[in-house]
Amino acid sequence: MSADVELDHVTIRFGDFTAVDDANLRIKEGEFFSFLGPSGCGKTTILRAVSGFLEPTEGEVRIGGQNMRGIGPNKRPTALIFQNLALFPLMTVAENIAFGLEVRGVDKYERRKRADQLLELIALEGQGDKKVGELSGGQKQRVAIARALAVEPEVLLLDEPLSALDLKLRQHMRTELRAIQQRVGITFIYITHDQGEALTMSDRIAVMSQGVIQQVGDGAAVYENSQTAFVASFVGENNPFVGRVSAADKDYAVVESHFGPLRGRNVGGLSAGDQAMLFVRPESLSFANGEAAGENVIQSTVLNSEFEGSFFSVFLRGEGDKDIVMSMTNSGRLPEVEVGGTSRLAFSPDRALVLPKGEVADE
Amino acid sequence: MNDFFGLFLPAFFAVLLAILVAPVVQKHSGAVWRSITGIKFVQRNGVVISTYLLVAVIAWVVFMIILPQAYMLDFSFRHNLPPGKIGGPEDVYTLKNYQYLIFGRPGDEEMFNWLHLGVFIRTIVASIFVTLINFVICYPIAYYIAQVAKGGQARALILFLILPFWVNEILRAFAFRILFGTSGVINAFLQTMGIIDQPIDFIRADVALYAGLSYAYILLMVFPLYNAIESLDHNQVEAARDLGSPWWRIHWRVVIPHAKPGIASGCTLVFMLAAGALAAPQILGGPSSFWFTQIIYRWFNTGGNWPQGAAYAIVLLLACLIFVLTVMRVFKVSLGEIAK
Repeated sequence: MSADVELDHVTIRFGDFTAVDDANLRIKEGEFFSFLGPSGCGKTTILRAVSGFLEPTEGEVRIGGQNMRGIGPNKRPTALIFQNLALFPLMTVAENIAFGLEVRGVDKYERRKRADQLLELIALEGQGDKKVGELSGGQKQRVAIARALAVEPEVLLLDEPLSALDLKLRQHMRTELRAIQQRVGITFIYITHDQGEALTMSDRIAVMSQGVIQQVGDGAAVYENSQTAFVASFVGENNPFVGRVSAADKDYAVVESHFGPLRGRNVGGLSAGDQAMLFVRPESLSFANGEAAGENVIQSTVLNSEFEGSFFSVFLRGEGDKDIVMSMTNSGRLPEVEVGGTSRLAFSPDRALVLPKGEVADE
Repeated sequence: MNDFFGLFLPAFFAVLLAILVAPVVQKHSGAVWRSITGIKFVQRNGVVISTYLLVAVIAWVVFMIILPQAYMLDFSFRHNLPPGKIGGPEDVYTLKNYQYLIFGRPGDEEMFNWLHLGVFIRTIVASIFVTLINFVICYPIAYYIAQVAKGGQARALILFLILPFWVNEILRAFAFRILFGTSGVINAFLQTMGIIDQPIDFIRADVALYAGLSYAYILLMVFPLYNAIESLDHNQVEAARDLGSPWWRIHWRVVIPHAKPGIASGCTLVFMLAAGALAAPQILGGPSSFWFTQIIYRWFNTGGNWPQGAAYAIVLLLACLIFVLTVMRVFKVSLGEIAK
């Protein structure tokens, strides 16, 4: 059984501080949905409101169409996986997994049977009698998932569960989590500050900043068609150019920057005179040395370049001490960049976004 | 005879040790120094501090704990003799002090000394009750302070718990007497409210005694519990709740197992101290209820029979120890865990 989750004008305040400001969205049943944002953006607060550990100050949380106000976390059809997993260290692995069943009065034999089935699902057959402390980080992770799945929740909530793992394991667990979600078919709500996790696993992502949901969409939409300056700067790397719009139609807008007029897609629906930011991704930039000066050309000096394996990053500095990052895929040849030399960078207007000037994520 | 035990014996051993050790130390002073400075403990703390620590700890253990108890033990196996006969031919070891507690005077009508044995058993049982009452009162307080209260609130609560203990024990006990007396505050209140017609004799019913003893040791229960519960990751409580657990099962399956060493440590302290309490039973006890310590006190003081008193005290000590160790065994708590 899977259920949809609706946030209907949800506002959550702690004293004077507004942690979540008028959140409205509907998470479809069976969807893998992520809340992505920096720490303190309110994503964990939303999760706690869905799980029932706190009530919204205003608005409604509905699960499967039912208003959850006044229903405690032990009575909701949700299960939460904690950031530090919060496994019970004094119980065995099987007892941990079967705890929710024990609570529901399932008899001992049945509990054990169910725990063994779940251990199989998470590829830990025969490890039920171990103590939690004897497991590795990734194994604990999987036990936490099994413990949550044991109560057959309609919605599984995950609060940055991979953040404690090392890089390799984290990448492996991404695939595994996604596979488990597809196998059990229930709604997953995933909280993360790691855009890589959000992009790779999610059906849809809500990007949050300072309590406000900035944009909801699938990975490609959030990355390619960012709706706000925050989303453009937080999801992936981006180069912002600030300026005033000098000309705009419904498709394109021209921003007067330090580097002269720069043209990009008018995603923000701006008109002439508006303060704007034009965003170009590092991979959308290319060297235009030797070509005739044309549209969207940026004059800059190469500071240094870094070899990242599958690609090179080149750091440049332009007019007004503006730092610019570009990246080039590793095609087997070293890029011909000369540190200290001037370079002309160019980009296609279709690969640049013009958005209203706004808050930019800190690096 | 006692002089021999108290002074001569340690002095003798000290001299013997010095005679044996000194030449060796002198001969191998370099090696001795090297081996002393080779000890990890010495390396970590330096020679001066580690010597001080060792001497202080050993002196504490020997002079404050082992010697007085050994004295008492020795006493308990002796006859109660006038000072002139001490060390004389009549000063021999005997079991009669212990025998008296169990069987009474030879030739008594009763087979056993039911009077004293009864008091002994009642003291132990009453102390168990005091411990349980204390646990029931303190567990919610400790849980609240450790897991629910926010920083400032928790500190204020702890302060409120500590402050009343600035009042000395006797004053507190008498305050309870005033509270629970037949014309005391509680009776007066209940009578004016029309709940009772006749005052209830709380003192005769031992209510005052239980209340006084429980109150006296509240801190000794709260703090070990607080320490243990405080170290529990609150996420575990939330995880249990999220998995559908009602509050009592969270405590039963998650909080109490985690806090078990603290519970054992608090209960042990309260039980031992309640069984050994003197002032509270003296002041708050009813006329019919007698605490075993009061009998011991009488043997030492009014009775002037130290060996008899020592034997009773040793029995009380052993009984408490055995009881506590048994309970720890049953609940599978080790001594090391208690000290955590």
